[in-house]
Amino acid sequence: MGQVHKFKLNNKNIILDINSGSVHVVDKLVWDIIEFYENNSMEEIVSKLESAYPVDSIKEAYSEIQDLISNGLLFSDDIYIDDFKYNEENIIKALCLHIAHDCNLRCQYCFASQGDFDGERLLMPLEVGKKALDFLVENSGNRVNLEVDFFGGEPFMNFDVVKELVAYGREIEKKKNKRFRYTITTNGLMLNKENMKFINDNMDNVVLSIDGRKQVNDEMRTTINGEGSYDIIVPKFLDFVKMRGNKGYYARGTFTSKNLDFSNDVLALRELGFKSISVEPVVASPEHDYALLEEHLGTILEEYEKLSKEYIKLKKEDDAFEFFHFMIDLNQGPCFIKRIVGCGAGTEYLAVTPEGDFYPCHQFVGDESFKMGNVFSGINNLELREKFKQANVYSKDECKECWARYYCSGGCHANAYNFNKDINKPYRIGCEMEKKRVECAISVAANLK
Amino acid sequence: MKHIKTLTHKTIEKGGCGECQTSCQSACKTSCTVGNQSC
Repeated sequence: MGQVHKFKLNNKNIILDINSGSVHVVDKLVWDIIEFYENNSMEEIVSKLESAYPVDSIKEAYSEIQDLISNGLLFSDDIYIDDFKYNEENIIKALCLHIAHDCNLRCQYCFASQGDFDGERLLMPLEVGKKALDFLVENSGNRVNLEVDFFGGEPFMNFDVVKELVAYGREIEKKKNKRFRYTITTNGLMLNKENMKFINDNMDNVVLSIDGRKQVNDEMRTTINGEGSYDIIVPKFLDFVKMRGNKGYYARGTFTSKNLDFSNDVLALRELGFKSISVEPVVASPEHDYALLEEHLGTILEEYEKLSKEYIKLKKEDDAFEFFHFMIDLNQGPCFIKRIVGCGAGTEYLAVTPEGDFYPCHQFVGDESFKMGNVFSGINNLELREKFKQANVYSKDECKECWARYYCSGGCHANAYNFNKDINKPYRIGCEMEKKRVECAISVAANLK
Repeated sequence: MKHIKTLTHKTIEKGGCGECQTSCQSACKTSCTVGNQSC
């Protein structure tokens, strides 16, 4: 008999059938029957519950449970694929271009070491960027949708190259029957009317970096002179959001141990006028005073629950409000293959440095042992590529039995490596946060349906 | 159903086309979440 995950949140009793992905909201009677279902006959269950419920109701609820089981939607068997093969053709579909290893902010928590990724301050030459796009197209097989993310550092410090590469990609699209999906992440400092119009016209998604409340943002996100950035970026971001209309963007913040009450930052961003919001846990090793530690976990999980309660209330008034981790598509979610393999880093998705070096993703950049090749010579670290290709839900002991495995997909390889020195050993704090976010997201859906 | 409301994988055969967005590119670049994508 397959497993289920039961939880109560936001006034709902929820049962997630792990292997089929089915989500059921049940009354107290079904909740109680499920407690006994696996090891008791119907008669035994009736005798255990008849003091609390009418016998007819118990039998009726029992029958509904059996209907779901016979339809493969409850206690369903694991769908483990024995001969699972992934990306045997080594197709690449997404690149993160480190267009600038330089930055005009000095954010304390930056995993890019304030923009230079522990190396020299460098800008990506146009020739390297073009070669990267050529490489992507040549290695994309029959995929039509390709992705290019302009990342840094601060990409606007090399904006002429961004513009040239967007145009170069558009030329390739016509010749090769491809579609480039461009995205960019910016700290907002250099935004002006002209470049705003360009990214509004050309980017499918724009990530605007801001941490929430002014004092929270300005403690971490400071200029080279050590001053807060909030008052500079907020007016620019709001102008951009107004221009953006219904097109995709995220106001994206980071929370640290200094603002464990981060739900207030999400709500502050909403109050400012942002609708699509993502506030994420900091990636930092334990010696930093802002790092997230085991001792913070209880508070963080409670904060996600608190935010989910508020989110349900606000979402009923304002449907456009979106918190990234509380969005869950229960009708048309990703296919099972995608749920097993996750982000595709190191195989379908690569990062490119200004010099043209390939890394499994943006978070591995700067660690020479993860260098995979170069845009001029191709991928040469085949062993590393194979290692990433094999890293999935089935290869991680902690994931095999985890109820959230088909929602989290095995977690972030970079976090696993940074904390456990093994891409197949997930980062425990990250796991616990993700499980809570999935519970919150499902409970939000249950309250809004 | 009176006691159960179903809100909602065994997509295996025609899954894996690879045309969907890379999850890490969606918003945060650090807390990749496949579960909230669509297909």
